Amino acid sequence: MTLPTLDDNLGTEGDTVYAALMTAHEGLSESESHALNARLVLILANEIGDRSRLEELFAAARAAGRR
Amino acid sequence: MAYAYTPFPYSPPPGLTAPEPRHPVVIVGAGPIGLSMAVDLALRGVKSVVLDDNNVVSLGSRAICWANRTLEIFDRLGIGERMLAKGVTWKVGRQFHGDREVYNFDLLPEPGHKYPAFVNLQQYYIEQYLVERAQDFPDLIDLRFLNKVTDHKGHADHVELTIETPDGPYRLETDWYIACDGAGSATRKRMALPFEGQTFDEHFLIADVEMETSPFGNHNTPERWFWFAPPFHNGQSALLHKQPDNIYRIDLQLGPETDPKAEATEEKVVPRVKQMLGDAPFRLDWMSVYKFHCARLEKFVHDRVIFVGDSAHVVSPFGARGGNGGVQDVDNLGWKLAAVVRGEAQPSLIESYDIERGHAADENMRNSARATNFMTPKTPIEALFRDEVLNLAADHPFARKLINSGRLSQPCSLAHSPLQTSGDAPLEPGSALLDAPLRGPAGETWMVQEAQGAFTLLAIGNITPPELPGIARIGINQNVSDYPCFSDPDGYATRRYGSERLYLLRPDGHVCASFDHADSAAIKAAHARATGACS
Repeated sequence: MTLPTLDDNLGTEGDTVYAALMTAHEGLSESESHALNARLVLILANEIGDRSRLEELFAAARAAGRR
Repeated sequence: MAYAYTPFPYSPPPGLTAPEPRHPVVIVGAGPIGLSMAVDLALRGVKSVVLDDNNVVSLGSRAICWANRTLEIFDRLGIGERMLAKGVTWKVGRQFHGDREVYNFDLLPEPGHKYPAFVNLQQYYIEQYLVERAQDFPDLIDLRFLNKVTDHKGHADHVELTIETPDGPYRLETDWYIACDGAGSATRKRMALPFEGQTFDEHFLIADVEMETSPFGNHNTPERWFWFAPPFHNGQSALLHKQPDNIYRIDLQLGPETDPKAEATEEKVVPRVKQMLGDAPFRLDWMSVYKFHCARLEKFVHDRVIFVGDSAHVVSPFGARGGNGGVQDVDNLGWKLAAVVRGEAQPSLIESYDIERGHAADENMRNSARATNFMTPKTPIEALFRDEVLNLAADHPFARKLINSGRLSQPCSLAHSPLQTSGDAPLEPGSALLDAPLRGPAGETWMVQEAQGAFTLLAIGNITPPELPGIARIGINQNVSDYPCFSDPDGYATRRYGSERLYLLRPDGHVCASFDHADSAAIKAAHARATGACS
């Protein structure tokens, strides 16, 4: 699988979305945050819904962590 | 009440006193798979000798969940109706997280099938029914209990066996050796064949309890209930099934750090069961503590030795893919082996059993391993995702579909097999046939009773199936008299198969080709391909 380069989809809302994600974690313990992240990944995966696209995204996330 | 284990009679085999002529087929193992194999071959006029080192049916209930397609195969073999009459019918599975129900599924929501989604029936009944069925063929099936195969030697065109009996050893020769000797197959071990796959560290307890009060509470209809994090058991999962005779199957996950010998004792099991079932009186009927594996032989056919059922592949029990997979192996192999033994097909046809059932074994292992991974997370992150799927499931339908307590046995598609002729049809080539109620001159009947066992051209609507050698014909919604015709009283057959269409069904009830006009040459070519002639 060739790793995709992920272009921006958020436009001018990028900072707002990022801040909203931080807010979603506000006041949670580390383990509660991990659990929230797991739920988010599952929810977002369902929103994307396309198996081969998801496999590309999983690979891209894993590759970026190796740098 | 507890099952009465009656030993089957042993009589000294002829080979003890004089050499026996070479047999066409020897089946090693008189479990559900070996016995089914013998009955399938007998229905095709092929003789077999069945050898078993024991002389009683399976001790303990073991395989209990028989799937719709398996029941249809057992219908053809002649024990399906008996199983249905005795067994517990169910189709709904409920999944709980703690004490809250998070998801339920209906495995056969549509009517119009002779057999339900599942019948629960203890393996010892299946074996008893199959032995009794085998006795209907005294000239074709030679059942030899207390005949333990101690050695075998394969040759290019036959196999030699050494067999131990209470009266001493003897030897046999056979053209085909069918190894139905189970997960611990001695045949496989003698041949030193690698049996590779995945082993799971988790221990599980199986307990069968007999009780008058239903542990399903006010639910009068038997179902499959599965708990993640059950409130009554300090472990990760629990499973409850009903069997006949007021016997309930309980599976409890015990964790990896378990001493199986200490756990498989009444002192340990009774308190666990009481925590689950409360104070209602019960009798412990059978118990077993086990770990499981998903593994398979790389090849199921080794010259004249053919592995069938658990000797060829094992899966975890969650999904009911072991016994059901084995019966489907028999369904696939029976007609091919019979055709080869009768000289109607080349031995190479047997290779397609390896391809088709190898593919099915992979599918069964994949499903079973995924369910097991979900139920027994191996790392903290796997456990986290599993728990959050369960948490999301309370509110969100998408997460309910991800809960995996076993994806229950479905017939495998043969669409990629070299025996198939591809094409578009409402029921795609490669699929197992779908049942439907039919009405014929002799009254009400079913598709599974009329269309299984031989190559059959099924014609629906205004299309005439040509008469071709080696192919039976049946018509639906037709008025012809020189082949059996049926009406489709409730429209299920037309809905499931379409109309103005021909299907060529294999003897194992899979669609091998479909046609929208009666093209004899194309039908003959598809039939030739399905019997192993080069395409």
